[in-house]
Amino acid sequence: MQVEQISIFIENKSGRLAEVTQVLGESDINIRALSLADTSDFGILRLIVDKTDLARQTLKERGFTVNKTAVVAVEVPDRPAGLAGILQILDGGGVNVEYMYAFVEHSANNAVIIFRFDDADAAIKVLLANDIKVLEGERVYHM
Amino acid sequence: MTQIENRIWDKEHECMPRTQLEQLQLERLQQTLRRVNEQVPCYKNKFSTLGIKPEDIRSLDDMARLPFTTKEDLRLNYPYGMFAVPMRDVVRIHSSSGTTGKPTVVGYTRNDLRTWTQLAARFMTAAGVSADDIVHIAFGYGLFTGAFGLHYGAEEIGASVIPISSGNSDKQIMIMQDYQSSALVCTPSYALTLADRMEQQGINIDTLSLRVGLFGGEPWSEEMRREIETRLGIVATDNYGLSEVMGPGVAGECCHQCGMHIFEDHFIAEIIDPDSGEVLPRGSSGELVLTSITKEAFPIIRYRTRDITKLEYERCECGRTHVRMLKTMGRSDDMLIIKGVNVFPTQIEEVLFQIDGCEPHYQLVVERAGTMDTLEVQVEVNERIFFDEMKKQRAFVDMLEKRLLSALGVGANVKLVEPSSIPRHEGKAKRVIDKRNQGGAQ
Repeated sequence: MQVEQISIFIENKSGRLAEVTQVLGESDINIRALSLADTSDFGILRLIVDKTDLARQTLKERGFTVNKTAVVAVEVPDRPAGLAGILQILDGGGVNVEYMYAFVEHSANNAVIIFRFDDADAAIKVLLANDIKVLEGERVYHM
Repeated sequence: MTQIENRIWDKEHECMPRTQLEQLQLERLQQTLRRVNEQVPCYKNKFSTLGIKPEDIRSLDDMARLPFTTKEDLRLNYPYGMFAVPMRDVVRIHSSSGTTGKPTVVGYTRNDLRTWTQLAARFMTAAGVSADDIVHIAFGYGLFTGAFGLHYGAEEIGASVIPISSGNSDKQIMIMQDYQSSALVCTPSYALTLADRMEQQGINIDTLSLRVGLFGGEPWSEEMRREIETRLGIVATDNYGLSEVMGPGVAGECCHQCGMHIFEDHFIAEIIDPDSGEVLPRGSSGELVLTSITKEAFPIIRYRTRDITKLEYERCECGRTHVRMLKTMGRSDDMLIIKGVNVFPTQIEEVLFQIDGCEPHYQLVVERAGTMDTLEVQVEVNERIFFDEMKKQRAFVDMLEKRLLSALGVGANVKLVEPSSIPRHEGKAKRVIDKRNQGGAQ
């Protein structure tokens, strides 16, 4: 039920982000979602792409530091308090969110949010028990 | 990892009883002093200024009365002023890199080359190299003494030599795989560059035939040794030499890896206080001073190596009687004084290597903000120390800064940088950028 995400270390200097996206473009890899966390020195770029392993390999060959992490894609009702309800459920289930970011595409009428949990298996169990839809990786990569 | 066997190339000299060895040293020293006094004006002037005649040196303890020779003396006598034989007797010339001004030039007679070859064969045998080995020499061939010294030593032993020289890591790796190199010769930092490259290419070290590595040319820590041994699956040994004294072959480790035996039938070692120049009692750490006692073309008296180390006189289990010098802590001129605290780059290296997954590639940047010195330690990030969560990434940096503070006694800022962004050097790694003395900073 988990989705593969790649994270890339980016030094805070001009042109690095452009280089990552260019490398991916050259290999015909499509970015499905992204988030950037940064400090004054460096940033952590997280990506969901359509071809995870190819993206990872290509970026590594170009000298980037790349890791692969499992995250969870959750359907969230696209209306006020839609996200709040889900976060409450997770909190009630004792699951912590490390970070999250939104997906560009919708799934039916719902928004899609990518979550990084401290315990993904427990989170999925809590979500499913509350009838919240968790998306399969294959679906997310090609949405 | 396989252990290396205890083999000795020249038992007669390497295991000579100490009283006999010291007698030999004194005789050879007296001969050398007589020769330099006659043939080299620089020494003649130094001796006469101090009112010393070669015959005044009657014991090894009398050496303390002799003047030191420094790199500055060699520069002042550039290029051939320190040679003790006419050029027609010189068959080879080498020189230092000359990164800080004019290079220093050294010469060898035919006999000097024979001695050098023998001494290289000694330390390479001690490091486990035999006639069955394929020796991959990735030092640059040229004026630098590294490559040629080990080249002739390996041939003397009867090993097969691949004189690949430095550079082009991909080709180095291909040749290592295809030619089945079993002994690697390069700087320790280049060994790790090769390991990085193999990791990037997904090469399994089991597909290589490497067995031992002989590393020198720059100071490196025990932690770096373990890192090289694990990542390349070899026994990594240290050896020591400097072009002004001969090149590689001044000292080398035996299978017990408890310091490098200095070949005392050819060199006399002393430890001095780098500030006062006083000879320090046995067992003290200080600057290594070397005197050559068999060289013909370029004899050198009490040369200040600037390398900080310690001598161990206790008898080694390998059977050699020669004194051991411990790994150099760094050069006295590499020592940084930050907020009044003495810091050696190798201390920082040790902290980094104690952290699982930390990259061997680091650089220190020292600056002065107002009146305060700042030390920035740049560390290349890699998959093992990179996290997708900012919280963990920050915690890693904090942990590193805490450990540096407790090891150095002075605070350092850690800056994570991208892989391969710190310049790589095929020769000696340049670890320190000191911006304090550049352009009006003071």
